[in-house]
Amino acid sequence: MKHIVIIGNGISGITAARHLRKQSDHDITVISAESEYFWSRTALMYIYMGHMKKEHTQPYENWFWKKNKINLIHDYVKSVNHENKKLKLDKKGDLIYDVLILATGAKPNKFGWPGQDLEGVSGMVSQQDLEYIEKYTKNIDRGVIVGGGLIGVELAEMLASRKINVSMLVREEQFWNNVLPEQEANLIGNHIKEHHVDLRLQSELKEIVADENGRVKAVLTGDGKEIPCQFVGLTAGVHPNIEMVKESGIECGRGILVNEYLETSIPNVYAIGDCAERRTPVPGRVPIEQVWYTGRMMGEVVAKTICGEKTEYLPGHWFNSAKFFDIEYQTYGRVWNKLKENESEFYWEHGSGKIAMHFIYATDTKKFLGVNSFGIRLRHETFDQWLKEEADIYTVLENLRAANFDPEFYKRYEVEVADAFNSQHSERQVSVKGKKSLLEKILG
Amino acid sequence: MKAVKLLGLVLFITGFTIFNATFFTADYRLNETILSNQFNDESKVDIFKKHTDLVDKSVGSNFDFVNGLGETFRKVNDEQLEKFGISKGEIDAIVNANNEIFSLSSLSVLGDDEIGQYKQKTFNDYGGWLDGRSFDSKEDMQAQISNVVENIKKYQIVNEKGFDQYQVKDLKYSLTKASSTGAVASNPSFFILLTYVLCILGAMLYILPKLQDGPPGIKNDGIFHSAMKNTGWLGILTGVFLIIFYIVLYFYPEYMTNWIIMVDPVSQFLKGSDAGRFFLYGFIYTLCILVMGVRMIIKYRHSKYQVIRTFSVMFFQTAFAFLIPEILLRLNQPYFDFKNIWPLDYDFFFDNELDTLLANGSLGIFMLGWGIALIIIGVPVFVYFFGKRWYCSWVCGCGGLAETLGDPYRQLSDKSLKAWKVERWMIHAVLAFAIVMTGGVLYTYWTGSSQIIGLSTYDVRSVYGAWIGAGFAGVVGTGFYPLMGNRVWCRFGCPLAAYLGIVQRFKSRFRITTNGGQCISCGNCSTYCEMGIDVRWYAQRGQNIVRSSCVGCGVCSSVCPRGVLNLENGDTEGRLNEPLLIGNDGVKMSS
Ligand SMILES: Cc1cc2nc3c(=O)[nH]c(=O)nc-3n(C[C@H](O)[C@H](O)[C@H](O)COP(=O)(O)OP(=O)(O)OC[C@H]3O[C@@H](n4cnc5c(N)ncnc54)[C@H](O)[C@@H]3O)c2cc1C
Ligand code: SF4
Ligand code: SF4
Repeated sequence: MKHIVIIGNGISGITAARHLRKQSDHDITVISAESEYFWSRTALMYIYMGHMKKEHTQPYENWFWKKNKINLIHDYVKSVNHENKKLKLDKKGDLIYDVLILATGAKPNKFGWPGQDLEGVSGMVSQQDLEYIEKYTKNIDRGVIVGGGLIGVELAEMLASRKINVSMLVREEQFWNNVLPEQEANLIGNHIKEHHVDLRLQSELKEIVADENGRVKAVLTGDGKEIPCQFVGLTAGVHPNIEMVKESGIECGRGILVNEYLETSIPNVYAIGDCAERRTPVPGRVPIEQVWYTGRMMGEVVAKTICGEKTEYLPGHWFNSAKFFDIEYQTYGRVWNKLKENESEFYWEHGSGKIAMHFIYATDTKKFLGVNSFGIRLRHETFDQWLKEEADIYTVLENLRAANFDPEFYKRYEVEVADAFNSQHSERQVSVKGKKSLLEKILG
Repeated sequence: MKAVKLLGLVLFITGFTIFNATFFTADYRLNETILSNQFNDESKVDIFKKHTDLVDKSVGSNFDFVNGLGETFRKVNDEQLEKFGISKGEIDAIVNANNEIFSLSSLSVLGDDEIGQYKQKTFNDYGGWLDGRSFDSKEDMQAQISNVVENIKKYQIVNEKGFDQYQVKDLKYSLTKASSTGAVASNPSFFILLTYVLCILGAMLYILPKLQDGPPGIKNDGIFHSAMKNTGWLGILTGVFLIIFYIVLYFYPEYMTNWIIMVDPVSQFLKGSDAGRFFLYGFIYTLCILVMGVRMIIKYRHSKYQVIRTFSVMFFQTAFAFLIPEILLRLNQPYFDFKNIWPLDYDFFFDNELDTLLANGSLGIFMLGWGIALIIIGVPVFVYFFGKRWYCSWVCGCGGLAETLGDPYRQLSDKSLKAWKVERWMIHAVLAFAIVMTGGVLYTYWTGSSQIIGLSTYDVRSVYGAWIGAGFAGVVGTGFYPLMGNRVWCRFGCPLAAYLGIVQRFKSRFRITTNGGQCISCGNCSTYCEMGIDVRWYAQRGQNIVRSSCVGCGVCSSVCPRGVLNLENGDTEGRLNEPLLIGNDGVKMSS
């Protein structure tokens, strides 16, 4: 029986712990400095907005851990001594391990802006950040958010929910267009403005200005404008949280370097989740992927390996989802912000400007490569199947009905989408297959 | 918009305050006409008058008035028992007139005057079976006779010469209602305007501006910061009000006569007779569903499922539960709610109900057949195709109230595993109780015998009525909305939900499908599940949600920010699937 210690109780560390417990009776210890119990970081915004309380974001009840013999330690790990397999904890002394899993997550980026450490400036990743934001946004008039992107929009929505004016500085000429194609970037940008967010594109942070007490009072932008505000949110991305690991002599690049088995440079030490960086990335994917799903999958894989079944981390086709204020977004396969070589696109947008689909396919073979969907829920299983089978774009469009995951009675757009495709592509016409539901017939 | 909302709030609070004030503001004036109308027995009128100082006097407080009535009934009963009851001395005389064998002829000691004859007659009725019995001792005989005498007092004299407990209950209410004078009684329609119309107007002014609260979408901002929706002081106050309202409604209607008088004009208009307390209840209930239904529709206006579903509960409440039964009464037909199903409708098989239906020709027979068909065909067939939601969140009145008036409280349901355990035994226990109770009632109906293994079926049914029908479904079911969520009754108590749930769990095409690997474990679904189902538990491991308690409200699917959940009716194969998350090609993952 081994003692497996996991640093970090986020989705990756906890998934590893759960699967280790399922497959073995090793001693399992999970250490976290942030919180006593696993909570869902993705739900941070909902706590602030009053949709949930902290306990609602904890996916397992508190008795779960004891019952499954997973020891939880609420403490900070100051260093790893991998020669003696020993951890130094801040309050609770030393801890010996046989196997170590690093799941230390990520931290907000700060790019050395003047004033970035003033009172009233915060990133948005941890529970401590949440408390800080709560404290510094009480009864304020305006907050400035630096950096568009998923966390930036979430912070904008949070502040707007409390009727706080929001200015959002985005460096690019469109919202999140380093990820989203132009059409979608536009669509989302418009929706953000619909929520009265003062979205400032091509606008960079130059300096954060303090009042006489060292608290934020304004932001200066690159083009010389001053925005008076009482809070600044820094949401220009995150980077792997590796300082402590690096000092302990485990090899790091931008993240903790791992091979395809998630092994670090030190035997019996693994790294998973937001903190890990693949030495050789999975083909078609980037070396550091900081999303919930990849963290979870790495946790599943590392548990297998540690339990004796050495398993390569091989994520399947890319998928992701998000919500921009009221607009839900899902993606399957790869839709890059700019078409790559031998890629063609088909974009459809509903007249409301809030519903859209963007299909990418190979120009020569017509193989379907990916889809972005806004305001329409799509069935993961069906798209995963199509990607695996290398279905062509015609198959996808003709069978789109089967991939719809919207609730009953929702208006369906398959026919409209197909018509739009047909009017743009005379070389081959598609017609939507599958039954019209009774309701569709009645409601048209 | 803010000003309009504020105005709405002021109007609502004003109307609500006036409504509550009318509870206390009537004067009560009892007179002889009222007494004769209510008693239908001049001798009772006389003796009542002898013991009361309420007649032709104005009383300013309903508490004093009702107390006065109670006191009078007690005095009347005391006098009549004294007068018509066989006294201790007379019992001794009877005993002494017998040897070890009891003979009815010994009753002659009671005398031959009118009262004596009455005593003899009643003893003959209640103790005739003692004739010719032999007793070991005088004490034995005396005990038997005393027993008989007590029964005469309890079941005969109080009933015939005085007022038994049921009459007292009814009369307290009807006398109070008939004696009410004052502003409300003389002008009920005006008070409808001052209370209901003002409240509805205020509520609408408060609710309609929500159309301007930004683009359609999930509107859950600030719920857990709200004193109303997070069991703060306002929620607790609301809960206390509702609980008191229900207790008065079910157990002390004599205090709320002014409220009932107020809706007399509505009742007259609909069914051509004055209102009773359950007319008042149905009226308020329907208004709540309609007004809060509008709120629900505006709140979820982005979701067609929620919009259509809310229209459905508004329709079924207004038409089926409220209007049609009242109109049937107007047409001299039996009161019948075509969408109410036993065992929720627990008195469906009560003798008086059955007799009414059977006495009403082919329509009555049709109603009886309809009710039974719903139980044995409607429930299983519809649940098979659509899940229990076809009833619980589309048709049912309790569900209708929960989904409209109760919507602000859905997040208060307990999601713990422990609560689920309690729920499972409790709801099935109530189902068992309902079946046993109804079995007893039918046994009595067919055999005429009211006793089974020493239990009176009448007692069992009145215990069920008071504790389950009124206490659980009403007081707890609705009163606890702001404290334990809007489905306390549906989740822990409703026997019909238990029955629907069993079918849903084992034989249905309905399930909630989870979308591959998209769940981010945020917890919105579980938080807003009014049935306290930990939806996330299933979603985050890629497992269909097949739970007997799910009422298919669809809110979990609505609030999910990642499009993970979908209510579907589909092939039963693969419905109870193994958990499976899509995305990890390296391992076959069952989470
Ligand atoms: C606001 C927000 C919203 C997001 N929304 C989405 C989304 O919608 N979809 C999506 O796919 N992804 C989302 N993400 C990203 C996703 O949350 C992360 O990818 C995921 O949580 C990473 O999990 P992890 O287990 O790797 O690390 P983390 O969850 O970051 O956990 C690491 C833990 O380790 C602890 N720790 C670190 N060092 C030490 C130490 N030395 N000693 C003790 N403890 C230590 C940290 O305190 C932390 O608790 C979001 C992220 C944020 C911040
Ligand atoms: S699981 Fe979903 S649909 Fe079922 S009762 Fe709960 S919230 Fe409603
Ligand atoms: S609301 Fe959706 S994403 Fe959140 S836990 Fe539930 S299923 Fe998962």
